[in-house]
Amino acid sequence: MSAPRGTPRDASAPLHERLLEQVLLGCGLLSIAITIAILAVMVGESAGFFAEVSLAQFLFDDTWTPLFAERHFGIWPLVAGTFLTAAIAIAVALPFGLLAAIYLGEFAPPRVRAVLKPTLELLAGVPTIVYGFFALLVLTPQLQRWLPSLAGFNALSPGIVMGMMIVPMITSLSEDAIRAVPDDLREGAYALGAGKLATVFGVVLPTALSGIAASLVLAVSRAVGETMIVAIAAGQQPRLTLDPQVPVETMTAYIVQVALGDVPTGGLEYATIFVIGGALFTFTFAANLVSRRLARRQYRSVAT
Amino acid sequence: MVAAPDPAKLSVRALSAWYGDKRVLSRVSLELMPREITAIIGPSGCGKSTLVRCLNRMHELVRGARHEGEVRLDGEDIYAADSDPVWVRRRIGLVFQKPNPFPTMSIRDNVLAGLRLTGSLPRERADAVVERALVQAALWDEVHDRLQEPGIRLSGGQQQRLCIARALAVEPEVLLLDEPCSALDPIATTRIEDLLTTLRERYTIVIVTHNMQQAARVSQKTAFLLQGELIEFNVTDRLFTQPADKRTEDYITGKFG
Repeated sequence: MSAPRGTPRDASAPLHERLLEQVLLGCGLLSIAITIAILAVMVGESAGFFAEVSLAQFLFDDTWTPLFAERHFGIWPLVAGTFLTAAIAIAVALPFGLLAAIYLGEFAPPRVRAVLKPTLELLAGVPTIVYGFFALLVLTPQLQRWLPSLAGFNALSPGIVMGMMIVPMITSLSEDAIRAVPDDLREGAYALGAGKLATVFGVVLPTALSGIAASLVLAVSRAVGETMIVAIAAGQQPRLTLDPQVPVETMTAYIVQVALGDVPTGGLEYATIFVIGGALFTFTFAANLVSRRLARRQYRSVAT
Repeated sequence: MVAAPDPAKLSVRALSAWYGDKRVLSRVSLELMPREITAIIGPSGCGKSTLVRCLNRMHELVRGARHEGEVRLDGEDIYAADSDPVWVRRRIGLVFQKPNPFPTMSIRDNVLAGLRLTGSLPRERADAVVERALVQAALWDEVHDRLQEPGIRLSGGQQQRLCIARALAVEPEVLLLDEPCSALDPIATTRIEDLLTTLRERYTIVIVTHNMQQAARVSQKTAFLLQGELIEFNVTDRLFTQPADKRTEDYITGKFG
């Protein structure tokens, strides 16, 4: 893409510079090595798991009860719980996040924006445990007044709260994408007689679409990987359902349950968390790749 | 001044413009005649671009920008309280320095963009509009068999003609061009100049240029701006051969600029 950055290796550079370069290189390599080590552990433990449980059972059984006497290892109840809560979160976060991004990027006066954007980003700094308790102790009881059939643990309440948590992320990244649209495109639209709304929705948003999609994919990835909120407020009952009113268990919440529980290490039950972890890792890794591609596509398309 | 046979298409009276506290135009007055190309020349920062942006109310889009004075299109004040900037911009098109086709749109959609964005495209007329505008912009022969390709895949000169086609598709009466060739090579520049000469028969054209040869080649009238002031405005041949003002002479003979 671009010319190689950094200076060419120079044998005559002073010793401390060469040393510093090696230290920095070491730090970079260390984080890669840790990622590879995590992957290796997950693959190793998963291999042990699949030596005892067939892939077919993992993929086609509709029940997940590795800790019960009658053990089942079907992953779908956990996947359903994960994507149900994530879908609710996105359903909340996308409209609010995107509209807020459009307002901040295209309509807000600079002074309003200078206050609003950092404030919104503060939301991202709230510890997720606080969100989790908010879902369990505040939102669920409130929702129960309108929805009497809502269980104390459910997918709806943590989904909504997770959505609120993700709004700043979608807003911030989508607004970046909107602001990356060059002004000469907006002027081109105005010069043709287009009004503000037509310019924003007809030219700016389509141009920013890849970047907005990238923020959405990243938000899905964040929702799928979110742990504390769902572990606290969604219950811990793996259940193959799309009903948001009953307790479910997400992949992340299951890992918490086993990792903090009294399951002996080394056994098959223990190996399950590495399998689930591997599945999560694969999904979020793929999502992040897709997101980066989408973001790059936008910058390429406007860089001419 | 020569006697004008027609009433002016656009008349500018005592137009001043500011960005914040910075005054960039001082009481500029000039008349733009139908079926004439008027060139606006002057050194960088003299207010050329601001002047054309004031002519179709693009100036007011910049935060902190304001103006004083009058701009009349066929005698009507485009800055009157009941004048709609959107309507003004449809009657007075503007082509920018850097070609700016919409990157998400095909060649065809770029041409139709103005009509679509203003919600005024009758579906059954779309093909006719596309062909007419591209023919007028002398681009039809090069792109008629690939109208669905992205507009940004064209060469720079083709992109600029696409932008001219896009401006013509909304059927303006005046066409403003702000240094339309400054990002183009000489061959592409020649094509645009030939195109303007053809378009002159139907439109009132204003071209901002820093290239005096270009002004001499394409225009009938030339206006020379310096530090926001209109120094001289005359028939192009006269302005370049017998400039009335010493500053004009210094500029066209290359003593500064």
